[in-house]
Amino acid sequence: MIADLPTRSLGDLQALHPGIAHVLRLADPSEPKPDMDFASWLETLDLTKLNRAGLSIENLCTHVETLVRQSETLRGPLDFSLKALSLIAGVDKFGGAEAFDLEIAVGEIVCIVGPTGSGKSRLLADIECLAQGDTPSKRKVLINGAKPDPTLRFGSNHGLIAQVSQNMNFVMDLGVGEFLTMHAECRQATDADGVVADVIVCGNELAGERFTAETPLTQLSGGQSRALMIADTALLSASPIVLIDEIENAGIDRRRALDLLVAREKIVLISTHDPILALMGDKRVVIRHGAIAKIIQTSARERACLVELQRLDARFTEVRQRLRVGETIDDEKFEVRWMR
Amino acid sequence: MRIVTVAGPPSVGKTSVILKTIAGLESAAGHVGAVKFDSLSTLDDALYSRAGVPIVTGLAGSLCPDHYFVSNIDDCVEWGHKSNFDLLIAESAGLCNRCSPHIHGVLGVCVVDALSGVHTPRKIGPMLKLADIVVITKGDIVSQAEREVFSYNVRAANPRAVILSFNGITGQGATELGHHFISAPNVESLAGSRLRFSMPSAVCPYCIGETSIGTDHQRGNVRKISFGGTAT
Repeated sequence: MIADLPTRSLGDLQALHPGIAHVLRLADPSEPKPDMDFASWLETLDLTKLNRAGLSIENLCTHVETLVRQSETLRGPLDFSLKALSLIAGVDKFGGAEAFDLEIAVGEIVCIVGPTGSGKSRLLADIECLAQGDTPSKRKVLINGAKPDPTLRFGSNHGLIAQVSQNMNFVMDLGVGEFLTMHAECRQATDADGVVADVIVCGNELAGERFTAETPLTQLSGGQSRALMIADTALLSASPIVLIDEIENAGIDRRRALDLLVAREKIVLISTHDPILALMGDKRVVIRHGAIAKIIQTSARERACLVELQRLDARFTEVRQRLRVGETIDDEKFEVRWMR
Repeated sequence: MRIVTVAGPPSVGKTSVILKTIAGLESAAGHVGAVKFDSLSTLDDALYSRAGVPIVTGLAGSLCPDHYFVSNIDDCVEWGHKSNFDLLIAESAGLCNRCSPHIHGVLGVCVVDALSGVHTPRKIGPMLKLADIVVITKGDIVSQAEREVFSYNVRAANPRAVILSFNGITGQGATELGHHFISAPNVESLAGSRLRFSMPSAVCPYCIGETSIGTDHQRGNVRKISFGGTAT
């Protein structure tokens, strides 16, 4: 038992954690008694009613005590700074040795390419669960060059890794602003309103189709959802490692999205089939038969190609946009630009 | 023999979680057996059999599934001993959010799914609040932000538990859960063990087949709703 818990007032306890406020209300739905101390309050409880609410004095005390401890020790999501992530080679789908380890420093973007089914998602999954030779690939993940603390692995949501993937959706029936505020509270953000406004502005920049704080999450288009997820991951999730799984068709500004993530001192891994995304990374990892077959540094000449590809892509976008709004592409001025 | 109770609302993926975890453990788990508690019917026993896990199914039928569970669990343990299992998994569907099949001294796991809405962790009673491990499934199809909010709410509802994300299709998370399964306490018998929380009570004519509605038929353990001043 925390020594001074019995003498603390209900008001003080509630202020520590919304979970405490909730359980106190559950145990005693009558008038709030913020000035009453915890021990005297326990005396007033009706045991039958408590049982009806699925509680007992014993588990109520344990519950409050655990949350008090957590709110006092758990300030901030991570208590160490990430400098590097390493992936120690495992085996391919046939059991042969994987040829390469992978070293990634903070602020790097690594793209993962390979045919469908080659094992790109497996590699991301290995990182997500901080594999220690115990996944089908037998790879090992090191954090800052050392084996991760077991509590990071087998503990609860450690906030080290955030994921954005093609098949993720918003399923909550809430407005964008309302939901982001909820997320900011969970992340114990100091200036919740400010961060929420920033995420919405940033999401709009990435999406190119406007949404507001009032827009219901469930009405966002695919592109807007992806944009909001990325903005939220960059600004609100404190996770230093971000895994992105095939978001090429989402219609978001890919360059901006990556710049945004890297500016936050994050390690970004993207599995992609999209040539523009694949060339945007500092290096790309080629996966074949479930193992890393090659690691290619993006060369200066490839970067020059990327500029050309982006120009083509911009043209495509322009044509798409014209057709979308009912224009034609045979008007002379446009044709001249198009043929250039 | 190690025992694990796995509970959770219907269709959250309990069977997938269990089978993927057993598969991930390979030989580390030794000889594994399972008991599936359900109310009316189950097809899950076929899934266990296909995975080569000896399975006994208990259907509660017209009885309250939780009362049925607690009256049969010690027999299940005896069956487990006779079958020389190293690990026995008892899977039960928490059909009312108030119940909890978790037993003191036995590893208790509650499975919930991330699609069920952020307030779900608060609505589930002792089944989630008193579990040692809370497994969250289907997180791969919701946004990172919602997953974080969901696990935060699980944490608020059960601050003691270990919270794990689990993908029932790929088995991601099986390594972690397996690690907990094989370090579960050894239990020789459950005679004299205690449930972590009392079962919902009901002793009334409806328990034994009454179907008529009306005050005349409400005897025994009856509780009435309060209409705040306008009540009759």
